[in-house]
Amino acid sequence: MNWNHVRAIAGADLRRLFKSKDYWIPLLIMASLFFVIIPLIMLAVIGQFENTAFADQVSSVVGNLPAQVSDAARGDTPLARASYIAAVFLLAPIAIIVPVTISAAVGSNAIVGERERGTGEFLAHSPVTMRELYVGKLIASLVPGYLALLIGFAAYALVVNLMVGPDLGGWFFPTVGWVVLILWVIPPFIAVSLTIILRISARVRSAASAQQASSLVTLPIIMLSYAVSVSVVVSPGRSAFLIGASSWLVAILLSVRGAKKLRRERLLGVASET
Amino acid sequence: MTSQMESAIQFGSVSKSFGTVRAVEDLNFEAPVGAVTVLLGPNGAGKTTTVRLTTGALVADRGDIEVLGLHPKINGDEIRRRVGIVPPKPAFYDQLTGWENLQFAARIFGSDERSALDAAERFEIDHALLQEVGGYSTGMRTRLALTRSVLHDPEILLLDEPTAGLDPESSRNVLELIRELAGRGRTIVLCTHLLHEAEGIADQIVLMSNGHARISGSPEALTGRYLADPVVLFDAEDRGALNSLPDRHGVVSVSWNGAVHATLSDHDMLPDLIADLVRDGVRLTRVEPITPSLEELYFAMQRSDPEDPS
Repeated sequence: MNWNHVRAIAGADLRRLFKSKDYWIPLLIMASLFFVIIPLIMLAVIGQFENTAFADQVSSVVGNLPAQVSDAARGDTPLARASYIAAVFLLAPIAIIVPVTISAAVGSNAIVGERERGTGEFLAHSPVTMRELYVGKLIASLVPGYLALLIGFAAYALVVNLMVGPDLGGWFFPTVGWVVLILWVIPPFIAVSLTIILRISARVRSAASAQQASSLVTLPIIMLSYAVSVSVVVSPGRSAFLIGASSWLVAILLSVRGAKKLRRERLLGVASET
Repeated sequence: MTSQMESAIQFGSVSKSFGTVRAVEDLNFEAPVGAVTVLLGPNGAGKTTTVRLTTGALVADRGDIEVLGLHPKINGDEIRRRVGIVPPKPAFYDQLTGWENLQFAARIFGSDERSALDAAERFEIDHALLQEVGGYSTGMRTRLALTRSVLHDPEILLLDEPTAGLDPESSRNVLELIRELAGRGRTIVLCTHLLHEAEGIADQIVLMSNGHARISGSPEALTGRYLADPVVLFDAEDRGALNSLPDRHGVVSVSWNGAVHATLSDHDMLPDLIADLVRDGVRLTRVEPITPSLEELYFAMQRSDPEDPS
Protein backbone atom coordinates (compact mmCIF):
# COMPACT_ATOMS: atom_id res chain seq x y z
CA MET A 1 0.00 0.00 0.00
CA ASN A 2 1.33 3.41 -1.03
CA TRP A 3 0.74 5.63 2.01
CA ASN A 4 1.48 8.77 -0.02
CA HIS A 5 -1.65 7.99 -2.05
CA VAL A 6 -3.67 7.40 1.11
CA ARG A 7 -2.42 10.67 2.61
CA ALA A 8 -3.14 12.58 -0.60
CA ILE A 9 -6.73 11.29 -0.80
CA ALA A 10 -7.49 11.83 2.86
CA GLY A 11 -5.73 15.22 2.84
CA ALA A 12 -7.66 16.50 -0.20
CA ASP A 13 -10.97 15.42 1.33
CA LEU A 14 -10.21 16.98 4.70
CA ARG A 15 -9.02 20.20 3.12
CA ARG A 16 -12.22 20.42 1.08
CA LEU A 17 -14.29 19.71 4.15
CA PHE A 18 -12.69 22.38 6.28
CA LYS A 19 -13.12 24.90 3.45
CA SER A 20 -16.86 24.15 3.14
CA LYS A 21 -18.48 26.27 5.81
CA ASP A 22 -21.94 25.14 4.68
CA TYR A 23 -20.89 21.68 5.67
CA TRP A 24 -19.14 22.06 8.97
CA ILE A 25 -21.09 24.93 10.55
CA PRO A 26 -24.26 22.80 11.09
CA LEU A 27 -22.05 20.04 12.45
CA LEU A 28 -20.37 22.51 14.78
CA ILE A 29 -23.78 23.66 16.01
CA MET A 30 -24.81 20.05 16.63
CA ALA A 31 -21.57 19.36 18.53
CA SER A 32 -22.02 22.51 20.63
CA LEU A 33 -25.56 21.47 21.41
CA PHE A 34 -24.63 18.01 22.67
CA PHE A 35 -21.32 18.80 24.34
CA VAL A 36 -21.99 22.23 25.83
CA ILE A 37 -25.50 23.66 25.65
CA ILE A 38 -27.62 20.66 26.72
CA PRO A 39 -25.23 19.67 29.60
CA LEU A 40 -25.05 23.30 30.70
CA ILE A 41 -28.83 23.63 30.85
CA MET A 42 -29.45 20.24 32.49
CA LEU A 43 -26.80 20.64 35.16
CA ALA A 44 -27.98 24.17 35.85
CA VAL A 45 -31.55 22.92 36.22
CA ILE A 46 -30.48 20.14 38.63
CA GLY A 47 -28.53 22.67 40.70
CA GLN A 48 -31.60 24.94 41.01
CA PHE A 49 -33.68 22.36 42.87
CA GLU A 50 -31.63 22.03 46.04
CA ASN A 51 -33.66 21.75 49.28
CA THR A 52 -36.92 21.10 47.48
CA ALA A 53 -39.11 18.07 46.87
CA PHE A 54 -37.09 17.45 43.71
CA ALA A 55 -34.08 16.63 45.88
CA ASP A 56 -36.05 13.83 47.53
CA GLN A 57 -37.10 12.48 44.15
CA VAL A 58 -33.51 12.54 42.87
CA SER A 59 -32.33 10.86 46.01
CA SER A 60 -34.87 8.11 45.51
CA VAL A 61 -33.88 7.67 41.83
CA VAL A 62 -30.19 7.43 42.74
CA GLY A 63 -31.03 4.84 45.35
CA ASN A 64 -32.87 2.74 42.78
CA LEU A 65 -30.08 2.79 40.19
CA PRO A 66 -28.02 -0.38 39.67
CA ALA A 67 -25.54 -0.91 42.47
CA GLN A 68 -22.54 -0.36 40.17
CA VAL A 69 -23.85 3.08 39.19
CA SER A 70 -25.01 4.23 42.61
CA ASP A 71 -21.79 2.92 44.20
CA ALA A 72 -19.70 4.77 41.64
CA ALA A 73 -21.55 8.02 42.18
CA ARG A 74 -19.55 10.55 44.16
CA GLY A 75 -20.82 13.39 46.30
CA ASP A 76 -22.00 13.97 49.83
CA THR A 77 -25.51 15.23 49.07
CA PRO A 78 -28.18 13.51 46.96
CA LEU A 79 -28.08 16.40 44.47
CA ALA A 80 -24.28 16.26 44.15
CA ARG A 81 -24.60 12.53 43.51
CA ALA A 82 -27.40 13.20 41.00
CA SER A 83 -25.24 15.80 39.22
CA TYR A 84 -22.33 13.35 39.11
CA ILE A 85 -24.52 10.60 37.68
CA ALA A 86 -26.00 12.97 35.11
CA ALA A 87 -22.55 14.22 34.08
CA VAL A 88 -20.81 10.85 33.92
CA PHE A 89 -23.47 8.27 33.09
CA LEU A 90 -26.40 10.10 31.53
CA LEU A 91 -25.31 13.07 29.46
CA ALA A 92 -21.94 11.97 28.24
CA PRO A 93 -23.08 8.81 26.39
CA ILE A 94 -25.47 10.98 24.37
CA ALA A 95 -22.37 12.62 22.95
CA ILE A 96 -21.64 9.41 21.04
CA ILE A 97 -24.25 10.63 18.56
CA VAL A 98 -22.00 13.47 17.46
CA PRO A 99 -18.92 11.66 16.08
CA VAL A 100 -20.99 8.92 14.45
CA THR A 101 -23.32 11.44 12.79
CA ILE A 102 -20.47 13.65 11.57
CA SER A 103 -18.46 10.74 10.20
CA ALA A 104 -21.56 9.25 8.59
CA ALA A 105 -22.35 12.55 6.88
CA VAL A 106 -18.82 12.74 5.45
CA GLY A 107 -18.57 9.04 4.61
CA SER A 108 -21.89 8.77 2.81
CA ASN A 109 -20.71 11.30 0.24
CA ALA A 110 -17.16 9.96 0.01
CA ILE A 111 -17.35 7.73 -3.06
CA VAL A 112 -20.64 8.67 -4.67
CA GLY A 113 -19.51 12.31 -4.37
CA GLU A 114 -16.44 11.57 -6.51
CA ARG A 115 -18.73 10.08 -9.12
CA GLU A 116 -21.24 12.94 -9.01
CA ARG A 117 -18.58 15.64 -9.28
CA GLY A 118 -16.77 13.77 -12.04
CA THR A 119 -13.53 13.71 -10.03
CA GLY A 120 -13.89 9.93 -9.88
CA GLU A 121 -12.82 9.84 -13.53
CA PHE A 122 -9.38 11.18 -12.57
CA LEU A 123 -9.05 8.68 -9.72
CA ALA A 124 -10.20 5.80 -11.94
CA HIS A 125 -7.43 6.60 -14.44
CA SER A 126 -4.82 7.17 -11.74
CA PRO A 127 -2.39 4.65 -10.24
CA VAL A 128 -4.28 4.76 -6.92
CA THR A 129 -5.37 1.25 -5.96
CA MET A 130 -8.91 0.72 -4.72
CA ARG A 131 -7.52 -0.30 -1.34
CA GLU A 132 -5.61 2.97 -1.03
CA LEU A 133 -8.71 4.90 -2.06
CA TYR A 134 -10.85 3.05 0.46
CA VAL A 135 -8.41 3.60 3.33
CA GLY A 136 -7.99 7.27 2.35
CA LYS A 137 -11.75 7.77 2.35
CA LEU A 138 -12.11 5.89 5.64
CA ILE A 139 -9.52 8.14 7.31
CA ALA A 140 -11.03 11.28 5.78
CA SER A 141 -14.44 10.33 7.16
CA LEU A 142 -13.20 9.16 10.54
CA VAL A 143 -11.03 12.17 11.35
CA PRO A 144 -13.76 14.88 11.40
CA GLY A 145 -15.99 12.80 13.67
CA TYR A 146 -13.20 11.84 16.03
CA LEU A 147 -11.77 15.35 16.07
CA ALA A 148 -15.21 16.72 16.95
CA LEU A 149 -15.41 14.13 19.71
CA LEU A 150 -12.04 15.09 21.20
CA ILE A 151 -12.70 18.83 21.07
CA GLY A 152 -16.29 18.43 22.22
CA PHE A 153 -15.24 16.12 24.99
CA ALA A 154 -12.67 18.65 26.21
CA ALA A 155 -15.38 21.33 26.21
CA TYR A 156 -17.77 18.97 27.98
CA ALA A 157 -15.15 18.16 30.62
CA LEU A 158 -14.66 21.87 31.22
CA VAL A 159 -18.41 22.48 31.58
CA VAL A 160 -19.10 19.63 33.99
CA ASN A 161 -15.99 20.21 36.07
CA LEU A 162 -16.80 23.89 36.45
CA MET A 163 -20.46 23.27 37.26
CA VAL A 164 -20.40 20.12 39.34
CA GLY A 165 -16.74 20.00 40.45
CA PRO A 166 -17.15 22.44 43.41
CA ASP A 167 -19.78 20.11 44.95
CA LEU A 168 -17.51 17.09 44.52
CA GLY A 169 -14.35 18.57 45.92
CA GLY A 170 -12.62 19.39 42.61
CA TRP A 171 -12.24 18.23 39.05
CA PHE A 172 -13.64 14.73 38.58
CA PHE A 173 -14.11 14.33 34.83
CA PRO A 174 -13.03 12.46 32.72
CA THR A 175 -13.27 9.27 34.67
CA VAL A 176 -11.18 6.21 33.76
CA GLY A 177 -14.19 4.71 32.01
CA TRP A 178 -14.49 7.73 29.79
CA VAL A 179 -10.83 7.74 28.83
CA VAL A 180 -11.10 4.07 27.86
CA LEU A 181 -14.25 4.80 25.91
CA ILE A 182 -12.83 7.75 23.99
CA LEU A 183 -9.46 6.21 23.20
CA TRP A 184 -10.28 2.55 22.79
CA VAL A 185 -13.97 1.89 22.14
CA ILE A 186 -15.46 4.79 20.17
CA PRO A 187 -12.89 4.89 17.31
CA PRO A 188 -13.63 1.31 16.15
CA PHE A 189 -17.35 1.95 16.51
CA ILE A 190 -17.09 4.91 14.15
CA ALA A 191 -14.91 2.80 11.83
CA VAL A 192 -17.47 -0.02 11.78
CA SER A 193 -20.28 2.34 10.84
CA LEU A 194 -18.05 3.90 8.18
CA THR A 195 -17.19 0.57 6.56
CA ILE A 196 -20.89 0.00 6.00
CA ILE A 197 -21.52 3.59 4.91
CA LEU A 198 -18.62 3.56 2.43
CA ARG A 199 -19.99 0.39 0.94
CA ILE A 200 -23.32 2.13 0.49
CA SER A 201 -21.59 5.20 -0.95
CA ALA A 202 -19.89 3.04 -3.57
CA ARG A 203 -23.09 1.35 -4.64
CA VAL A 204 -25.80 4.01 -4.77
CA ARG A 205 -26.38 6.39 -7.66
CA SER A 206 -26.62 9.70 -5.84
CA ALA A 207 -25.37 11.43 -2.70
CA ALA A 208 -28.98 11.91 -1.57
CA SER A 209 -29.60 8.14 -1.70
CA ALA A 210 -26.33 7.55 0.15
CA GLN A 211 -27.38 9.89 2.95
CA GLN A 212 -30.80 8.26 3.26
CA ALA A 213 -29.33 4.78 3.38
CA SER A 214 -26.55 5.71 5.78
CA SER A 215 -28.96 7.27 8.24
CA LEU A 216 -30.68 3.88 8.44
CA VAL A 217 -27.33 2.29 9.25
CA THR A 218 -26.30 5.02 11.66
CA LEU A 219 -29.35 4.77 13.89
CA PRO A 220 -28.84 1.20 15.18
CA ILE A 221 -25.12 1.83 15.50
CA ILE A 222 -25.80 4.90 17.65
CA MET A 223 -28.16 2.87 19.85
CA LEU A 224 -25.62 0.10 20.20
CA SER A 225 -22.84 2.60 20.87
CA TYR A 226 -24.95 4.21 23.60
CA ALA A 227 -25.49 0.91 25.34
CA VAL A 228 -21.83 0.00 25.06
CA SER A 229 -20.76 3.47 26.25
CA VAL A 230 -22.85 3.19 29.40
CA SER A 231 -21.50 -0.27 30.06
CA VAL A 232 -17.86 0.80 29.55
CA VAL A 233 -18.25 3.94 31.66
CA VAL A 234 -19.83 1.99 34.52
CA SER A 235 -17.35 -0.85 34.34
CA PRO A 236 -14.11 0.22 32.67
CA GLY A 237 -12.27 -3.01 33.27
CA ARG A 238 -11.48 -6.15 31.32
CA SER A 239 -14.87 -6.21 29.63
CA ALA A 240 -14.30 -2.70 28.26
CA PHE A 241 -10.97 -3.81 26.84
CA LEU A 242 -12.61 -6.84 25.23
CA ILE A 243 -15.43 -4.76 23.78
CA GLY A 244 -12.86 -2.38 22.26
CA ALA A 245 -10.69 -5.20 20.94
CA SER A 246 -13.59 -7.03 19.33
CA SER A 247 -14.84 -3.75 17.81
CA TRP A 248 -11.40 -3.13 16.32
CA LEU A 249 -11.38 -6.64 14.90
CA VAL A 250 -14.79 -6.20 13.30
CA ALA A 251 -13.75 -2.78 11.93
CA ILE A 252 -10.59 -4.23 10.38
CA LEU A 253 -12.40 -7.23 8.87
CA LEU A 254 -15.13 -5.05 7.42
CA SER A 255 -12.54 -2.61 6.04
CA VAL A 256 -10.60 -5.35 4.29
CA ARG A 257 -13.80 -6.73 2.83
CA GLY A 258 -15.07 -3.26 1.83
CA ALA A 259 -11.79 -2.42 0.09
CA LYS A 260 -11.93 -5.67 -1.88
CA LYS A 261 -15.49 -4.94 -2.99
CA LEU A 262 -14.73 -1.47 -4.31
CA ARG A 263 -14.41 -1.49 -8.09
CA ARG A 264 -12.77 1.10 -10.29
CA GLU A 265 -15.85 1.25 -12.54
CA ARG A 266 -17.85 2.61 -9.60
CA LEU A 267 -15.85 5.82 -9.79
CA LEU A 268 -16.97 6.27 -13.40
CA GLY A 269 -20.60 5.65 -12.64
CA VAL A 270 -20.98 2.84 -15.12
CA ALA A 271 -20.87 -0.21 -12.87
CA SER A 272 -24.26 0.49 -11.38
CA GLU A 273 -25.73 0.41 -14.86
CA THR A 274 -24.37 -3.01 -15.72
CA MET B 1 -3.11 -0.26 -39.86
CA THR B 2 0.42 0.81 -39.12
CA SER B 3 1.95 -2.55 -38.56
CA GLN B 4 5.45 -1.37 -39.56
CA MET B 5 5.55 1.05 -36.61
CA GLU B 6 5.85 0.03 -32.99
CA SER B 7 2.47 0.30 -31.29
CA ALA B 8 1.92 2.05 -27.98
CA ILE B 9 -1.65 0.78 -27.83
CA GLN B 10 -3.11 -2.31 -29.43
CA PHE B 11 -6.71 -3.43 -29.33
CA GLY B 12 -7.49 -6.89 -30.66
CA SER B 13 -11.15 -7.86 -31.05
CA VAL B 14 -12.10 -6.02 -27.87
CA SER B 15 -15.71 -5.96 -26.69
CA LYS B 16 -17.33 -4.23 -23.74
CA SER B 17 -21.02 -4.10 -22.88
CA PHE B 18 -23.02 -2.32 -20.19
CA GLY B 19 -26.02 -4.50 -19.60
CA THR B 20 -27.67 -4.79 -22.99
CA VAL B 21 -25.77 -1.84 -24.47
CA ARG B 22 -22.72 -2.80 -26.50
CA ALA B 23 -20.34 0.12 -26.07
CA VAL B 24 -17.43 -1.46 -27.94
CA GLU B 25 -17.67 -4.51 -30.12
CA ASP B 26 -14.87 -6.41 -31.79
CA LEU B 27 -12.71 -3.28 -31.78
CA ASN B 28 -9.34 -3.48 -33.49
CA PHE B 29 -6.88 -0.61 -33.71
CA GLU B 30 -3.31 0.35 -33.03
CA ALA B 31 -1.85 3.65 -31.92
CA PRO B 32 1.76 3.96 -33.09
CA VAL B 33 4.43 5.23 -30.72
CA GLY B 34 5.07 8.96 -31.02
CA ALA B 35 2.12 9.56 -33.33
CA VAL B 36 -1.20 11.34 -32.98
CA THR B 37 -4.05 8.90 -33.45
CA VAL B 38 -7.47 10.45 -33.80
CA LEU B 39 -10.48 8.40 -32.82
CA LEU B 40 -13.10 10.04 -34.96
CA GLY B 41 -16.76 9.30 -34.66
CA PRO B 42 -20.15 10.55 -33.62
CA ASN B 43 -21.31 10.63 -30.00
CA GLY B 44 -21.91 7.10 -28.75
CA ALA B 45 -19.36 5.59 -31.14
CA GLY B 46 -17.44 4.05 -28.23
CA LYS B 47 -14.53 6.50 -28.05
CA THR B 48 -14.76 7.19 -24.29
CA THR B 49 -15.16 3.50 -23.50
CA THR B 50 -12.05 2.85 -25.61
CA VAL B 51 -10.10 5.38 -23.52
CA ARG B 52 -11.38 3.85 -20.30
CA LEU B 53 -10.41 0.37 -21.46
CA THR B 54 -6.94 1.62 -22.35
CA THR B 55 -6.11 2.64 -18.79
CA GLY B 56 -7.87 -0.33 -17.24
CA ALA B 57 -10.49 1.89 -15.61
CA LEU B 58 -12.89 -0.48 -17.34
CA VAL B 59 -12.19 -4.15 -17.92
CA ALA B 60 -12.97 -5.60 -21.34
CA ASP B 61 -15.46 -8.45 -21.59
CA ARG B 62 -13.49 -10.01 -24.46
CA GLY B 63 -10.39 -9.41 -26.52
CA ASP B 64 -6.79 -8.39 -25.95
CA ILE B 65 -5.51 -4.96 -25.02
CA GLU B 66 -1.84 -4.10 -24.83
CA VAL B 67 -0.61 -0.71 -23.69
CA LEU B 68 3.14 -0.07 -23.69
CA GLY B 69 3.56 -3.82 -23.86
CA LEU B 70 1.46 -4.32 -20.70
CA HIS B 71 -2.02 -5.67 -20.12
CA PRO B 72 -4.42 -3.26 -18.36
CA LYS B 73 -6.16 -6.05 -16.48
CA ILE B 74 -2.89 -7.30 -14.99
CA ASN B 75 -0.62 -4.24 -14.97
CA GLY B 76 -3.25 -1.51 -14.69
CA ASP B 77 -1.45 0.50 -12.02
CA GLU B 78 1.79 0.52 -14.03
CA ILE B 79 -0.08 1.63 -17.17
CA ARG B 80 -1.95 4.34 -15.31
CA ARG B 81 1.37 5.68 -13.97
CA ARG B 82 2.63 6.08 -17.54
CA VAL B 83 -0.53 7.49 -19.11
CA GLY B 84 -2.04 10.96 -18.84
CA ILE B 85 -5.67 11.68 -19.53
CA VAL B 86 -7.93 14.63 -20.18
CA PRO B 87 -11.52 13.47 -19.74
CA PRO B 88 -14.38 14.98 -21.75
CA LYS B 89 -15.57 17.11 -18.83
CA PRO B 90 -12.50 17.76 -16.70
CA ALA B 91 -13.56 17.76 -13.06
CA PHE B 92 -11.67 19.08 -10.05
CA TYR B 93 -12.24 19.69 -6.38
CA ASP B 94 -13.91 23.07 -6.80
CA GLN B 95 -13.32 24.24 -3.22
CA LEU B 96 -9.59 23.77 -3.66
CA THR B 97 -7.34 26.11 -5.60
CA GLY B 98 -5.79 25.15 -8.92
CA TRP B 99 -2.48 24.67 -7.15
CA GLU B 100 -4.01 22.42 -4.46
CA ASN B 101 -5.58 20.30 -7.20
CA LEU B 102 -2.23 20.03 -8.97
CA GLN B 103 -0.46 19.17 -5.71
CA PHE B 104 -2.99 16.39 -5.19
CA ALA B 105 -2.39 15.01 -8.68
CA ALA B 106 1.39 15.33 -8.24
CA ARG B 107 1.23 13.26 -5.04
CA ILE B 108 -0.91 10.64 -6.72
CA PHE B 109 1.53 10.35 -9.64
CA GLY B 110 4.63 10.68 -7.47
CA SER B 111 5.77 13.84 -9.27
CA ASP B 112 7.43 16.82 -7.68
CA GLU B 113 5.71 20.18 -7.37
CA ARG B 114 8.28 21.81 -9.69
CA SER B 115 6.98 19.65 -12.57
CA ALA B 116 3.43 20.76 -11.78
CA LEU B 117 4.47 24.40 -11.83
CA ASP B 118 6.41 23.97 -15.10
CA ALA B 119 3.40 22.31 -16.72
CA ALA B 120 1.12 25.09 -15.46
CA GLU B 121 3.41 27.68 -17.01
CA ARG B 122 3.47 25.78 -20.30
CA PHE B 123 -0.33 25.73 -20.44
CA GLU B 124 -0.53 29.35 -19.26
CA ILE B 125 -2.65 28.68 -16.19
CA ASP B 126 0.04 29.54 -13.65
CA HIS B 127 -1.44 33.01 -13.07
CA ALA B 128 -4.71 31.49 -11.76
CA LEU B 129 -3.31 28.72 -9.59
CA LEU B 130 -4.17 30.45 -6.32
CA GLN B 131 -7.84 30.82 -7.26
CA GLU B 132 -10.41 28.21 -6.29
CA VAL B 133 -11.21 26.05 -9.31
CA GLY B 134 -14.93 26.66 -8.75
CA GLY B 135 -14.38 30.11 -10.22
CA TYR B 136 -12.54 28.90 -13.33
CA SER B 137 -13.95 29.31 -16.84
CA THR B 138 -14.30 26.23 -19.07
CA GLY B 139 -11.12 27.19 -20.90
CA MET B 140 -9.17 27.53 -17.65
CA ARG B 141 -10.43 24.14 -16.48
CA THR B 142 -9.28 22.57 -19.74
CA ARG B 143 -5.86 24.15 -19.36
CA LEU B 144 -5.66 22.89 -15.78
CA ALA B 145 -6.74 19.43 -16.99
CA LEU B 146 -4.01 19.47 -19.63
CA THR B 147 -1.51 20.56 -16.96
CA ARG B 148 -2.64 17.74 -14.68
CA SER B 149 -2.40 15.22 -17.51
CA VAL B 150 1.28 15.94 -18.26
CA LEU B 151 2.79 16.75 -14.88
CA HIS B 152 4.10 13.19 -14.50
CA ASP B 153 5.59 13.26 -18.01
CA PRO B 154 3.43 10.44 -19.40
CA GLU B 155 4.40 8.37 -22.41
CA ILE B 156 0.82 8.28 -23.69
CA LEU B 157 -1.74 11.08 -23.58
CA LEU B 158 -5.40 10.27 -23.96
CA LEU B 159 -7.42 13.36 -24.81
CA ASP B 160 -11.14 12.75 -24.82
CA GLU B 161 -12.96 15.65 -26.49
CA PRO B 162 -10.48 18.15 -25.03
CA THR B 163 -12.16 21.15 -26.66
CA ALA B 164 -15.71 20.31 -25.60
CA GLY B 165 -17.49 23.45 -24.44
CA LEU B 166 -14.67 25.80 -25.42
CA ASP B 167 -15.03 28.93 -27.51
CA PRO B 168 -13.25 28.86 -30.92
CA GLU B 169 -10.21 30.79 -29.70
CA SER B 170 -9.69 28.56 -26.68
CA SER B 171 -10.21 25.48 -28.87
CA ARG B 172 -7.54 26.68 -31.26
CA ASN B 173 -5.16 27.29 -28.36
CA VAL B 174 -5.79 23.81 -26.96
CA LEU B 175 -5.16 22.23 -30.37
CA GLU B 176 -1.92 24.18 -30.64
CA LEU B 177 -0.90 22.85 -27.24
CA ILE B 178 -1.67 19.32 -28.43
CA ARG B 179 0.47 19.91 -31.52
CA GLU B 180 3.25 21.07 -29.23
CA LEU B 181 2.96 17.92 -27.12
CA ALA B 182 2.96 15.78 -30.25
CA GLY B 183 6.10 17.61 -31.31
CA ARG B 184 7.74 16.47 -28.09
CA GLY B 185 7.31 12.87 -29.14
CA ARG B 186 4.34 11.87 -26.98
CA THR B 187 1.96 9.20 -28.21
CA ILE B 188 -1.37 10.96 -28.36
CA VAL B 189 -4.83 9.54 -28.77
CA LEU B 190 -7.37 12.27 -29.45
CA CYS B 191 -11.06 11.43 -29.34
CA THR B 192 -13.31 13.81 -31.17
CA HIS B 193 -16.45 14.06 -33.20
CA LEU B 194 -15.29 17.37 -34.66
CA LEU B 195 -13.64 16.93 -38.03
CA HIS B 196 -11.83 20.24 -37.97
CA GLU B 197 -10.21 19.27 -34.69
CA ALA B 198 -8.43 16.32 -36.26
CA GLU B 199 -7.40 18.33 -39.31
CA GLY B 200 -3.68 18.89 -39.44
CA ILE B 201 -3.05 17.00 -36.20
CA ALA B 202 -3.73 13.38 -37.07
CA ASP B 203 -0.97 11.01 -38.08
CA GLN B 204 -3.55 8.30 -38.07
CA ILE B 205 -7.32 8.37 -38.16
CA VAL B 206 -9.55 5.65 -36.76
CA LEU B 207 -13.13 6.12 -37.84
CA MET B 208 -15.40 4.66 -35.17
CA SER B 209 -19.09 3.94 -35.10
CA ASN B 210 -21.27 1.71 -32.98
CA GLY B 211 -18.25 0.50 -31.05
CA HIS B 212 -16.32 -0.62 -34.12
CA ALA B 213 -13.25 0.81 -35.83
CA ARG B 214 -14.61 1.03 -39.36
CA ILE B 215 -11.53 2.33 -41.13
CA SER B 216 -8.08 3.39 -40.04
CA GLY B 217 -4.92 4.73 -41.57
CA SER B 218 -2.92 7.90 -42.14
CA PRO B 219 -4.81 10.85 -43.68
CA GLU B 220 -2.66 10.52 -46.83
CA ALA B 221 -3.34 6.80 -47.16
CA LEU B 222 -7.05 7.32 -46.56
CA THR B 223 -7.12 10.20 -49.03
CA GLY B 224 -5.45 7.98 -51.58
CA ARG B 225 -7.97 5.25 -50.87
CA TYR B 226 -11.16 7.26 -50.69
CA LEU B 227 -10.38 10.43 -52.63
CA ALA B 228 -8.07 8.97 -55.24
CA ASP B 229 -8.70 11.56 -57.98
CA PRO B 230 -6.83 14.84 -57.36
CA VAL B 231 -8.74 18.11 -57.58
CA VAL B 232 -7.13 21.26 -59.01
CA LEU B 233 -8.54 24.76 -58.85
CA PHE B 234 -8.22 26.82 -62.09
CA ASP B 235 -8.98 30.45 -62.73
CA ALA B 236 -8.29 32.63 -65.78
CA GLU B 237 -8.60 36.23 -66.98
CA ASP B 238 -11.42 35.05 -69.21
CA ARG B 239 -13.29 32.32 -67.30
CA GLY B 240 -15.20 31.41 -70.46
CA ALA B 241 -11.95 30.06 -71.86
CA LEU B 242 -12.10 27.33 -69.18
CA ASN B 243 -15.34 25.93 -70.64
CA SER B 244 -13.23 23.57 -72.68
CA LEU B 245 -11.80 21.89 -69.58
CA PRO B 246 -14.26 18.95 -69.40
CA ASP B 247 -13.26 17.89 -72.92
CA ARG B 248 -9.55 17.90 -72.28
CA HIS B 249 -7.43 14.81 -71.81
CA GLY B 250 -7.05 13.68 -68.18
CA VAL B 251 -10.00 15.71 -66.82
CA VAL B 252 -12.58 13.49 -65.14
CA SER B 253 -15.09 16.14 -64.11
CA VAL B 254 -15.41 19.87 -63.57
CA SER B 255 -17.43 21.96 -61.14
CA TRP B 256 -17.91 25.72 -61.16
CA ASN B 257 -17.86 27.39 -57.80
CA GLY B 258 -16.48 30.87 -58.38
CA ALA B 259 -13.32 29.36 -59.83
CA VAL B 260 -13.21 26.00 -61.61
CA HIS B 261 -12.56 22.79 -59.68
CA ALA B 262 -11.29 20.11 -62.05
CA THR B 263 -10.97 16.51 -60.97
CA LEU B 264 -8.08 14.84 -62.81
CA SER B 265 -7.55 11.15 -63.46
CA ASP B 266 -3.94 11.48 -62.28
CA HIS B 267 -1.89 14.21 -60.66
CA ASP B 268 0.80 13.71 -63.36
CA MET B 269 -1.64 15.02 -65.97
CA LEU B 270 -1.46 18.53 -64.54
CA PRO B 271 1.71 19.86 -66.32
CA ASP B 272 0.43 18.72 -69.73
CA LEU B 273 -3.00 20.19 -69.02
CA ILE B 274 -1.50 23.59 -68.10
CA ALA B 275 0.70 23.52 -71.21
CA ASP B 276 -2.34 22.73 -73.42
CA LEU B 277 -4.38 25.57 -71.90
CA VAL B 278 -1.52 28.08 -72.35
CA ARG B 279 -0.93 26.91 -75.92
CA ASP B 280 -4.62 27.51 -76.65
CA GLY B 281 -4.29 31.10 -75.40
CA VAL B 282 -5.93 30.70 -71.99
CA ARG B 283 -4.34 33.28 -69.65
CA LEU B 284 -4.36 31.39 -66.33
CA THR B 285 -4.38 33.47 -63.16
CA ARG B 286 -4.54 30.61 -60.67
CA VAL B 287 -3.66 26.90 -60.63
CA GLU B 288 -3.87 25.31 -57.18
CA PRO B 289 -3.94 21.63 -56.27
CA ILE B 290 -6.58 21.19 -53.57
CA THR B 291 -5.75 19.12 -50.50
CA PRO B 292 -8.99 17.40 -49.52
CA SER B 293 -10.30 18.41 -46.13
CA LEU B 294 -10.89 15.87 -43.43
CA GLU B 295 -14.57 16.56 -43.79
CA GLU B 296 -14.49 15.48 -47.45
CA LEU B 297 -12.45 12.46 -46.47
CA TYR B 298 -14.85 11.60 -43.65
CA PHE B 299 -17.88 11.66 -45.90
CA ALA B 300 -16.01 9.79 -48.65
CA MET B 301 -15.16 7.10 -46.08
CA GLN B 302 -18.76 7.03 -44.95
CA ARG B 303 -19.99 6.63 -48.51
CA SER B 304 -17.65 3.73 -49.12
CA ASP B 305 -18.42 2.02 -45.83
CA PRO B 306 -21.54 -0.09 -45.81
CA GLU B 307 -22.40 0.91 -42.22
CA ASP B 308 -23.19 4.55 -41.83
CA PRO B 309 -21.29 5.90 -38.83
CA SER B 310 -23.83 8.57 -38.18
